[in-house]
Amino acid sequence: MPLYAALLYTPDLDWSAPEQADDMKQYRAFHDEAGDHIRGGNALRPTSTATVVRVVGARGGEVVVSDGPYAETKEVLSGFYLLECADLDEAITVAAKIPSAWQGAVEVRPVLPLDGE
Amino acid sequence: MTEAPPLGGPAPREGGSPSAEARLAETVRIEGARILATLVRTVGALELAEDAVQEATIAALRDWPVSGVPDNPRAWLTVASRRKAVDIIRREGLRAGKEREGTELVDLNAPEPAEGAVHDDQLRLIFTCCHPALALEARVALALRTLCGLSVEETAAALLTSEAAMAKRLTRTRQKIAQASIPYRVPSAAELPGRLAAVCAVLHSLYTSGHTRLSGERLMDVDVCAEAIRLARLLARLLPGAPEPAALLALLLLTEARRPARMNAAGEVVLLADQDRTLWDTAKIAEGLALLEMSLERTAGVADLYQLQAALAAQHAVAATSADTDWAEMVRLYDLLLSVQPANGAAALGRAVAVAEAEGPAAGLAALDLLTERDQRRQAVRAELLGRLGRFDEAIAAMRLSLDAALPDPEREHRVRRIARWSSGRV
Repeated sequence: MPLYAALLYTPDLDWSAPEQADDMKQYRAFHDEAGDHIRGGNALRPTSTATVVRVVGARGGEVVVSDGPYAETKEVLSGFYLLECADLDEAITVAAKIPSAWQGAVEVRPVLPLDGE
Repeated sequence: MTEAPPLGGPAPREGGSPSAEARLAETVRIEGARILATLVRTVGALELAEDAVQEATIAALRDWPVSGVPDNPRAWLTVASRRKAVDIIRREGLRAGKEREGTELVDLNAPEPAEGAVHDDQLRLIFTCCHPALALEARVALALRTLCGLSVEETAAALLTSEAAMAKRLTRTRQKIAQASIPYRVPSAAELPGRLAAVCAVLHSLYTSGHTRLSGERLMDVDVCAEAIRLARLLARLLPGAPEPAALLALLLLTEARRPARMNAAGEVVLLADQDRTLWDTAKIAEGLALLEMSLERTAGVADLYQLQAALAAQHAVAATSADTDWAEMVRLYDLLLSVQPANGAAALGRAVAVAEAEGPAAGLAALDLLTERDQRRQAVRAELLGRLGRFDEAIAAMRLSLDAALPDPEREHRVRRIARWSSGRV
């Protein structure tokens, strides 16, 4: 069955903060409901903890490290799931149950298999 | 795979009835689109099925004029398409997987599928090509190419883009369908309303793109409006009793019914108020009104987008003259439409026109001035209302502004004539 990455875009937040407790309850409900489809995933720490790495030019070039380009962004990538679904319609049905679908947006992307099919 | 060269499109029509070749080409095209729906299910890949059907239709258009049309053209095309599919699979030496399995699935001697199975296949293909995960413009292009069976060249011409750009857009769209696993399936009852809305938006957009060309000449090889109506008819037949497709078909028929009167013999635009209403197609009006009534009965009075627009078109259709139109009812319907679709600029403009007819040009101008949109259509309406108030200098200035945009030639000429009239002080 195809694999989809469900990328969660929400306002920048700290999932571990006490005020996220209600949210986490909603996510646990989602895990119970969609457990058959979830093949992986994690919440991410807030973008204030992010580090952006670029290599200038080509492999072996200068490594440029900076904090994220997030200053102006209202919604940021704050977590992801790996979902196994029969087709896009099923993936959309599952993604619509992820709380960030109503707190922000969920981007569903087909996963390119590493072994190249 | 690359797109096969566009062959066998309908011959250019010049005024009169289409030639025998054009009629044959149209039959082959429509039968091809019907066969495609089943072949997609059999081979499991849209592009492969499209190529196979295209090769079969090209062969038909090459051979039939010489050897004569076979007794059962549909059966001929079905077998030819299956054979071409097998040929393509072998020729491409195919990547492992789905398409190789397809070889065994393509049974050259299988009987023709039953009518019911074909309907299911057609509905599946419509929902796949009009999936809301695809951009509206991609859906519209794919509908013309796949559901109407137009060549890439014709699809490009119909949507006013280059053949190369259209080929690229179609390839990307098919890739998304394959890579994101957009299913070939009729959506479940729970999904149906949203998915049906995506299909109806495609057909409506298709019709509109044919009806209001942004620029260029009016003569076209492909009648996009007729194609949109054909698909709307197919959808309404495949989902009998569903209110939304019925309302959409009603809207398209009621609009199309007025088309013969939109231009006079000299190719000049004729405004609705001045149209010769005896030219309106009464059969289409009757069918549209009946469909609208059926649709409204089934939604128990809560009108949706297409029902409201069809109801507006119906108001025109049943009025003997422009003066007989129930303009107050038109304003009420526009208000309802705008409550469902606040960003619908055309509806806001239509409302201002209806207000002008119901309460006078000054009231219409006041309604117009509340609109934020400043496009050429608004400028043209504003000019007309100013002209009616005798404010000719302002009318001329507004109409000149409206000419800055890209316009179809007859529309541009109409506006230039209006300016000339106001300049000479005649109304």
